[in-house]
Amino acid sequence: MDTFILIGITGIGLGALYFLIASGLSLIYGLMGVLNFAHGSFLSVGAFVGFWVASKMGFETSMPEFILAMIVGGLAAGLFALLIEQLLITRLYDRHIDQALVTVGVALVVGAVLGGWFGNDLRMFPTPMWFLTAIDIGGAKIPADRIVYIATAILLLIGNWALLKYTRIGLIIRAGVENRNMVNALGINVRRAFSTVFFLGGFAAGVGGVLVSVYSNGVSPLIAGTYLIYGFIVVVIGGMGSVPGSFLAAMMIGVIRQFANYYATGLGDFVVVILLAVVLLIRPQGLLGKVRA
Amino acid sequence: MNALVVRDLHVKINESHILHGVDFDVPSHKVTALLGRNGVGKSTTLKGILGLYPGTGSVQLNGQELIGMPTYKIAQSGVAYVPEDREIFSTLSVRENLALASRSKTNSEAFESIYQLFPELNTRAAQLAGSLSGGQQQMVAIARAMLNTNEILLVDEPTKGLAPKLVTEVADALAKVAEATTMLLVEQNLALVKRIAHHVVVMDQGRVIFQGGPENLDDPSWVHQMLGVSGGHK
Repeated sequence: MDTFILIGITGIGLGALYFLIASGLSLIYGLMGVLNFAHGSFLSVGAFVGFWVASKMGFETSMPEFILAMIVGGLAAGLFALLIEQLLITRLYDRHIDQALVTVGVALVVGAVLGGWFGNDLRMFPTPMWFLTAIDIGGAKIPADRIVYIATAILLLIGNWALLKYTRIGLIIRAGVENRNMVNALGINVRRAFSTVFFLGGFAAGVGGVLVSVYSNGVSPLIAGTYLIYGFIVVVIGGMGSVPGSFLAAMMIGVIRQFANYYATGLGDFVVVILLAVVLLIRPQGLLGKVRA
Repeated sequence: MNALVVRDLHVKINESHILHGVDFDVPSHKVTALLGRNGVGKSTTLKGILGLYPGTGSVQLNGQELIGMPTYKIAQSGVAYVPEDREIFSTLSVRENLALASRSKTNSEAFESIYQLFPELNTRAAQLAGSLSGGQQQMVAIARAMLNTNEILLVDEPTKGLAPKLVTEVADALAKVAEATTMLLVEQNLALVKRIAHHVVVMDQGRVIFQGGPENLDDPSWVHQMLGVSGGHK
């Protein structure tokens, strides 16, 4: 039973990391129709800036210092995302192939610059000692960092929900995901909402980058690629443009992958791909996605 | 005095040339009906005016050139739009649909007058717009366009697909709206057109073929020749 709980909570923790990456991807695609392959570079920028801030605190950080590193990493990634949107994406709206090519280019350039600067080897991310402890849940010893991943994802989900539900920009984003042209026809410059979404998506990916670096035992430019693939899988299974859908799909994938890896010895990735194929066949719009007219 | 002057408006969608130099005027504080058979370019004309389809030529609103402006700026200039098929935001509540459309933060009087015109929207304010009936959705679409001070209202087939009772309700609402604003109305229901229109523009194959008063609509042979329908039934 304790093994079952351990795998389950570890899976939810992994799902939380996937969600941090997928939430921005989903909103960016849902609102703007942009398949953003540069999203992994937002994760890398957040991870490296967070690493730089945490390193300034010493080899071991306190919890407030770690949170500060995470927020600064998130903000840096958000600003980087905004810069990419303003410099490149705004010129390519409704040119989907060009968008894909440019965002792939950004991902390659950022990966190469970071690799050239810091090298591709893992660098240990300074974390609070508390992360190395285990918390007893139902007899299972759960690594404390998993709780941080889950709490961060839940906070982000609540923040996202509150923004979308209670602010005018949130109203514009929700309407824009459904019908961008009609929002424009109401006299609203929907492109301002695009910039907000890019910043928020970048922020979430940056925070995710810091946590992914902790989970992966170090920061490296190579980590982003793997997590971006999972981010896309989550978005497709959850439904393009649906943040709750991304949350649900991320948790499902994290848990299923962990259980499959344990009980079917390393078949986690295979099972996730099968799940993706099944969802695409049965419900192509994703779990909580809407069919586009 | 004309509120809207359209000259030599061309619109291409992908490789298809849909509008071939459309010319017409919309007099101020009057209802102008844009008529024609299906597929002649009436809805495209409205979308071309609003910039939803890029066009060439000239569209002037009270002397201000609209061609080349982004859609949201055209709307801010005072062009309101009630689209064909309503295009309300189905995942937002009725209240949220209206709040989104309102460009003023202190707009309580406008909301009150909307709720007077459509009391049902007040009672269903918290309901998801996607769960409303077709007639109620049309009310949301019209209300949304009336929340701001507009120079002209573009209305595209407001009675399309509605039950006869709802057609009467929507027609009554449009007649009331028409008392206060300039309207360019695309409509197949000739009874409604006869009731509220002061001016008629007929299109065929992406061009305007007639402009004049609505009295011709009482002549069945003219209606049959111009619109390809029987004047007595539509």
